[in-house]
Amino acid sequence: MTAQLTIFVLSLLVGLEVISKVPATLHTPLMSAANAIHGVVLAGAMLIAVTADNLVGYALAFVAAAFAAMNVVGGYVVTDRMLKMFRKPGDRP
Amino acid sequence: MTIVYLAAAVCFVLGLHLMNSPATARRGNQLSAAGMVTAIAATAVQVVRSGATTGGWIALGAGLAVGAIAGLYSARAVAMTAMPQLVSLFNAVGGGAAALVALHEVSGHTALSVTVPTALDVLIGAITFAGSLIASGKLQGLVPGRPVVFPGTRVTTAALTVVMLGAGGFVAAGVGGTAAIAVLALAATGFGVAMVLPIGGADMPVVVSLLNACTGTAVAMAGLVIGNNVLIIAGALVGASGAILTKLMADAMNRSLVSIMVGGFGTGDNGPSGPGGPAAGVREISADDAAIQLGYASKVVIVPGYGLAAAQAQHAAQDLVRLLESHRIEVTYAIHPVAGRMPGHMNVLLAEANVPYGQMRELDEANAEFPRADVALVVGANDVTNPAARRPGNAVSGMPILDVDQAAHVIVLKRSMGHGYAGIENELYTNPKTGMFFADAKAGLAALSAAVQPLVG
Repeated sequence: MTAQLTIFVLSLLVGLEVISKVPATLHTPLMSAANAIHGVVLAGAMLIAVTADNLVGYALAFVAAAFAAMNVVGGYVVTDRMLKMFRKPGDRP
Repeated sequence: MTIVYLAAAVCFVLGLHLMNSPATARRGNQLSAAGMVTAIAATAVQVVRSGATTGGWIALGAGLAVGAIAGLYSARAVAMTAMPQLVSLFNAVGGGAAALVALHEVSGHTALSVTVPTALDVLIGAITFAGSLIASGKLQGLVPGRPVVFPGTRVTTAALTVVMLGAGGFVAAGVGGTAAIAVLALAATGFGVAMVLPIGGADMPVVVSLLNACTGTAVAMAGLVIGNNVLIIAGALVGASGAILTKLMADAMNRSLVSIMVGGFGTGDNGPSGPGGPAAGVREISADDAAIQLGYASKVVIVPGYGLAAAQAQHAAQDLVRLLESHRIEVTYAIHPVAGRMPGHMNVLLAEANVPYGQMRELDEANAEFPRADVALVVGANDVTNPAARRPGNAVSGMPILDVDQAAHVIVLKRSMGHGYAGIENELYTNPKTGMFFADAKAGLAALSAAVQPLVG
């Protein structure tokens, strides 16, 4: 438990440092990218799904897996769609 | 297993870091996606090894398929103007999933190391689920964008808070069983709705960003509940970086987080709020007049606002820019942080119309350019150009503005004299050097291109 709490706190500190001076240009894509990363909850949904052994458990597992998969797949695809459009000066399509 | 999760976590951190600059941002997101695939694959191996009930497999497989298809389809189909509400929707389901993970896991545990994160996970996850859905609905126009306040709002919110915290306390203490968790989840859901409803549409982007950070924290809590490191790391990472981003956004919009959460600013509904038609002291000009000013300029600055995006006029704007550039006229876009629906949204919309980011100027850079500009062309922007912001005592006082009135000539392309979010007159329009060209943004820009063509051809 202490080990996991340590990981949690250190990860918080990394998160505070990792995006320092993002230009306003990138605020929207960055939010979307961070949104995709928390889709990792899919791993959690998978782990609980396989321990389900009654109807309520199955229902919870189904909804959790569907929500998380939507978050992770949609999040990365929409972020990539946005960032794909940022071109360097001088590039022509 | 831990090593693979560590590799995934490294990808997330480096990926986010690469998003600090437009040149590397896409690679950053791809690196983060690679980390995600790694983490999910490792989890799949673990799941297969541990074995599962047939029903569990079916529930998991069906859920994955439904969610992945829904996510893929909506992410591909969405118009870029509607992107903020889609991100909010993805955030809602992420928060919901985090809460459900804890709901499933809780039965039978009494150790504080499980019950406390469970209470926090369900509480935060349910709030972000409901709050993000409302935020998404407001941005989409399904829920009124104006601050929704009904009699007894404060009392209801206070009551929900008490019930939520009380039930949370029971869950954290490991008493009350399923009933306490159900009450907690319901009260937190209600609180999420009550929290976002009174907030105006103009502030919604900051709220979405804040809820995004909350989902990250909920995911980290879910990681503590089921003892999974990659959830803890990724969740905490998003929680903290999301909080920083929320602060940056609020700063860019010159709003404090406290005043946003208290609510009541901005309708979020686009369009004229007052009767249209030219008012006294305004000089109206035709497309030909405007074209002559543009065609004989050597430097033009375009100021796009949400009106441009709402009319889907980005491509029409870029057509005009190409035409001017072919005549060796220097053209840049001056982008106010709140030009779109959220900071950076306008940049995305212009990028979609193939505008290189080197041609987009942020507030400070743009203000350095206006005194050298022959013409400033304002398309669908209003409050962000109002010189009244430089004086105290009105609705836009203190807001950072684009110094459009520093340009030699100003052309304002606008449907009518309607007001912006702030609901006050824009003094720029009565400035003697301003010409008002009344038209829909898309049709107006096309008319300008047509009128400029013979001058530069």
